[in-house]
Order: sequence, then C-alpha cells, then structure tokens
Amino acid sequence: MKTVQLVKLAHARSGDKGDASNIGLIALKPEYYALLKEKATAEVVKKHFAGICTGPVERYELPNLHALNFLLHGALGGGGTVSLRNDAQGKTMSTALLRMEIEVPDDLGL
Amino acid sequence: MEHKEQIRIASGQGYWGDLPQAPYWQVSKGLTDYLVMDYLAEVTMSILQKQKSRDPNLGYAKDLLPVMEQILPFVVQKNVRVITNGGGVNPQACRDAIFDIARKSGVRGLKVGVVYGDDIYERVDALLKNGHELKNMETGASLTTVRDRLQSANVYFGAFPIAEALKQGAQIVLTGRATDTGLTLAPMIHEFGWSEKDIDKLAAGIVAGHILECGGQSSGGNFLKDWKHVPDLANIGFPIAEAHDDGTVYITKHEGTGGLVSVDTIKEQLLYEIGDPREYITPEVIADFTSIKLKEDGENRVRVYDVKGRPPTDSYKVSAAYSDGYFAVGTLTYGWPDALEKAQAADKIMRQRLSDLGYKYDEFHTEYLGYNSCHGPLSPVQVEMNEVVLRVAVKGKDRYAVEAFGRQLVPLVLTGPPTVTGFGAGRPKPQEVVAYWPALLSKSALQPVVEVTEMI
Repeated sequence: MKTVQLVKLAHARSGDKGDASNIGLIALKPEYYALLKEKATAEVVKKHFAGICTGPVERYELPNLHALNFLLHGALGGGGTVSLRNDAQGKTMSTALLRMEIEVPDDLGL
Repeated sequence: MEHKEQIRIASGQGYWGDLPQAPYWQVSKGLTDYLVMDYLAEVTMSILQKQKSRDPNLGYAKDLLPVMEQILPFVVQKNVRVITNGGGVNPQACRDAIFDIARKSGVRGLKVGVVYGDDIYERVDALLKNGHELKNMETGASLTTVRDRLQSANVYFGAFPIAEALKQGAQIVLTGRATDTGLTLAPMIHEFGWSEKDIDKLAAGIVAGHILECGGQSSGGNFLKDWKHVPDLANIGFPIAEAHDDGTVYITKHEGTGGLVSVDTIKEQLLYEIGDPREYITPEVIADFTSIKLKEDGENRVRVYDVKGRPPTDSYKVSAAYSDGYFAVGTLTYGWPDALEKAQAADKIMRQRLSDLGYKYDEFHTEYLGYNSCHGPLSPVQVEMNEVVLRVAVKGKDRYAVEAFGRQLVPLVLTGPPTVTGFGAGRPKPQEVVAYWPALLSKSALQPVVEVTEMI
C-alpha cells in the first residue's frame, strides 16, 4: 500500500447549498470508483475538513457517473450571501477535498 | 398543433453578470430555436424589490435590454424564441421596455409573454395569517422572527406557465422567479406536447436544464479535470441542448466555437450544487440523477438519456431575503521579506485598537490571500512568500462599529509593520448583509398568471 492524494484519482466541482458546501468527486478512471467509495467515507472527509466543516457530512453515491457527492454542513461561514470569506460560495472546496490522502494498492500504477 | 421531433435550446446566460456577448453568439453562430437566460441569484430579488420601490418602472434585470436590442433581429427574422427570468419583480415593466426597443428598431407586432404571481412579498402577512408558516427550511425558525426586516419573497414557478405563454404565441417570455431548469424544460413541453404525467420526460428536460443553467460551466468553463487542454476559451461556445420528443437530449455547442463539451464536462456540471442526487426536486417532477446515462456522440456532443423521475411534491420552494446587519471588507498587501508575519502582526494591531475603542462585532474574519483564503486550515504553511494580501472582514448589527473598522484599516500603512501597499481603494464602507430565507409553500396557496401581449 502507498499513500496518494485524491487529486491523482479524481476530479471535482464544488458549489453552495445554503451553509452547506457541495463537492462532487468524480473518478478519473471508472476503475478508481470502488476505491473512492471505500476510502472517501463521510467520516474521513469530515475529519479532513476539521476547522472548516462545523456540521455533519453526508455522502451520496452516483455509480452511473462514477462519482460521489458530499454535503458538508456548516462549512461556508453562514452561507454564500452572508459569509465573510473570500470564497463565500466554496468554489475552491473541490480542490481542498483533492488534497486528502488515501491509501491505495501499489499495483494501481500511481 | 403539429409537434416537432427535435429542437435546439441554447443557454445564453448562467447568471446576472455572465459573459455579455454570449446571447448574441448563441443566436448568430448557428441554429438556435430557443434562447434561455438566467438572471436571478438567491438574493437578486431583494435588490430588484428596492429598485422597484424607488421607481415603479424598475425591478427587472436592466442588463437584459442591451441584449434584447442585439438579438431582436433574430427573434423577428429567424423565429428564435427567448425565455428568461430577467423580469425579476416587474416583468410587465421589462416587457414595456422591450416594446420600446422594438418600436425604435421598427419592429411591428412583437408578442411578449409575462409570467407572474410568484412575488408574495405583499401577501406574506395574509399567508402567515392563513396558517402558512414559511418556516426556514434550514433552521426551522418562523418567518415572523424576521418579518420586519423582510426585503423580498418569491415562489419558484416551473416550466408549465412558460409553456402556456409559448402556446399563446409569445416570442419572448419574461418571468419573475422561475426555476433555472424550468426555462429549458418549457420549450420541450410546448413543442413535444408533454403533460404533467410524462414524468420521465419531464425529468430528462430538468436534467438538460441543470446542464444549461450555468452557461459555459458545462462547455469547458471552470473545468477541473483537464483545463489546460480546453481549446479557445476566449471564444467559448455556450451549451446547447438538442432535445428530442422521446426525452433524449444531446448536449453540444455551435461549430467553430471554443470550449469543450464532453462526458467529463457534463459530469462536473451534473454534480454542481446538488444535494441528494435521487431527489432533485423541481415544481414539475423529482428527477433522479443516479439514473442519468451519458455517452460521447462525436466531437463536442454528448447523449444524455434514460433519465427517470418521480411525481412532484405539493409545495413550491420559496426564496425570501431579509436584512441582517452590516459588513465591510478591506485588504492591504505586504511585501517580502516576512510578508505573512507582517500581515499577521497588522491584523493583531488592528484588532487591539478596535477592542481598545470598545467596538464589538458578531464576526471578525481574517484571511491571507496567497496563503489560506481558499483552503483555510488545510493550507500548508509557506516557507517564504513574495507577498501576501491581508484581507479582513467584519460583520455586526451596529453600522457605526462597522464604519469604525473601515477607519482603522488604512492607518496601518504608516502605523504598523513595514512594506505595505494596495490601499488604493481607500476606506472600506459598510454594506448591508442580505440573508437568504428558504421555505416551502403549498401549491394550492397561489396560481401563476400568464399574460401574452402583442405590441401595438
């Protein structure tokens, strides 16, 4: 096993839903999807966003798109219209998730 | 009426402030049957409501007028029909302004439809009295807690009232608050004769609407996977939905334009701003995003098919806005060496001065652009930065305290850490915080009004 950042396995897009940040995580190759499903759990993602996400994390599966959708509640400083942050809508939360490290098998070719 | 088998629906604007030349490109660079444009964000209606209270002839997206002037020849000569929610809180005034433009251009007999009845700002007390609580969907709080600070309140209507206006011959349809997805679904309902019972087809139209609603974001803009290889973004072709009467939709763009339409660009957009993918709720249908199938169908062309849906809920979504205090934001730039350390010291000094003066804030937020304003605490510590921008923001109910913050920022230039610049914008001014209030309202509480008028 070795440790790699999600950026090697997935691409992503993020946006806002009230004070929740929505992050869509899409496998770069279909064969990575199972690994993402196994490793990028709601708990692990909640831990990764410590200090940013103040509420629960929900995760949804979209096997048809080889993608996962995360809702990070309480992660935008009150929500897009009232947040004082430079990134009030969480447009860059996508790549914040891609910083996360997971363990992958050595033979994955990464 | 004879039904068409396919139509081309072009996205011209993903939000108010989107690329101004895009609508003209969409009608002039290739075949387009319908042009759809979204102008309304969450709190836009409160700005428009204020404009209308100052002048009864305002309250719509004024940027729409120069766009209409450009595309009117295509509406008249090429039968392009235009659908937009830019009517805001005053679609009738928007219609009259478009009639004025048409008259000046020598156009005769233009038919414009308006859809209204979504604006419940004046009816809120009556609704509350009749037992509609309009509770905040996120917090559960009653609307009465912010009633005196309310600035706008609208329900989201869907595609069916727009389709009705098209049926009555409208060449341009102006709505108030309508769902972005409904703008795209409406021409399919109209042209293919779909009914409320055609659940899967409606869901397919909603998915097409979701792909189109953010303009260039599905055709190569903001595309993370392979952004360096997206060709010619300067001439980005906005997305076009080629819709078929069986519910199959092909997403494409005009030939010869820049950008990229691929399975990957569509995937990124499908995942944008969604919650539970099995329950994408709209007034017409609940679309299931886990049913969507995508297939590359040639260059810059993706087939979207097999979409499934479920019958809709019995509520409309309500979008309200209320005033919630003041905020101000200011920046200063610190140069090498020790740029970050200097900016951090400046922040500390400023906080101390404001505290010594007795000012208090609900929130005092500091970020360092170039270091942590995107990823916050997840940002790795930088060893040595060339420069860093200190960005401070405060929020509070006391306007005077927010103003005082503005007076304390720029003096740091001569009374704080060295090598600081970027104070050209001057003193940060207090601005009103407009907060968003999402709620639900029973569909039985109101009816959309459709009115089609021929210009005389």
